[in-house]
Amino acid sequence: MAFTNEQLERYSRHIILKEIGVKGQKKLLNATVLIIGAGGLGAPAALYLAAAGVGTIGIVDADTVDLSNLQRQVIHTTNDIGKRKVDSAAETMRAVNPDVTVNTYYDFVSSANIMDLIKDYDFILDGTDNFPAKFLINDACVMAKKPLSHAGIIRFKGQLTTILPGEGPCYRCIFKDPPPKDAVPTCKQAGVIGAMGGVIGSLQAMEAVKYITGVGELLVGYLLTYDALKMEFHKIKLPPRGKGCAVCSDAPTITKLIDYEQAACELKH
Amino acid sequence: MTIKVAGEQKQMADGITVAGLIEAEQVENPQYVTVSVNEEFIDAGDFASHVLNEGDEVEFLYFMGGGR
Ligand SMILES: [Zn+2]
Repeated sequence: MAFTNEQLERYSRHIILKEIGVKGQKKLLNATVLIIGAGGLGAPAALYLAAAGVGTIGIVDADTVDLSNLQRQVIHTTNDIGKRKVDSAAETMRAVNPDVTVNTYYDFVSSANIMDLIKDYDFILDGTDNFPAKFLINDACVMAKKPLSHAGIIRFKGQLTTILPGEGPCYRCIFKDPPPKDAVPTCKQAGVIGAMGGVIGSLQAMEAVKYITGVGELLVGYLLTYDALKMEFHKIKLPPRGKGCAVCSDAPTITKLIDYEQAACELKH
Repeated sequence: MTIKVAGEQKQMADGITVAGLIEAEQVENPQYVTVSVNEEFIDAGDFASHVLNEGDEVEFLYFMGGGR
């Protein structure tokens, strides 16, 4: 595949980086990334990955754009209210970069569809807002051996880790089971500062780009936390993979995907 | 004695347990926190009995469920 003059111009700031170059840019154009959740995390991640020229981006969301989303979900505009988030996000990504093929999935993830959704993608980015989905995505990626960027945000805090199944620890290595319904507040209940999605979602996009191009060190084996009020990042080193983990140890006890019960207030959001 | 909590040096009473530290640090939703000591996870059932030592490095890992 040869670059057109327009592509050389569009990606010039990437191509000039010795770590990326023409080779890295080609890898990006040939890559496929699935973003689950077109919201606070997914919006900035999708914008940066589209702008970067990731050739195929899948986006999964079963929601429509609501006025209360616009405080942070920067891929949607006031004119998009009422539209499916996947359509609104796809429209913006295509407008940012016509090189990108966008696949939309207007659906919730569940044990019934997750394996099929992730199977054709090189890298999975979790931008969901509830524990049942986060555990489901983790387990599915471990079982299918798909690289995953996991993240969570709440109030003035955010965190993320990168999971390479078989190499580093997974989400379930850190947290054995989802907390009971409503035991730990969601963004809707607790609030979240809009730019938090921008910070953490952009870091997820950064990990995807690094994974695709093979540049630098991934956040495998670490949980990076960010406290906006203290303006502090903290990198927590995690124990090695699998030790007693129900899904990623060498003798896993979870071998089938689980649909945990969603908190009622999370169903719509 | 001095221990490191989330990367910060802190003075704690000798013999303090993980459960004691959780209380002293006023950890939010303590029943759902994951704790690592010197890069090893401690079982929640051992929080009350696991005694911390001088120089231990303790991390609290919290559930964060938001994203959309
Ligand atoms: Zn694991």
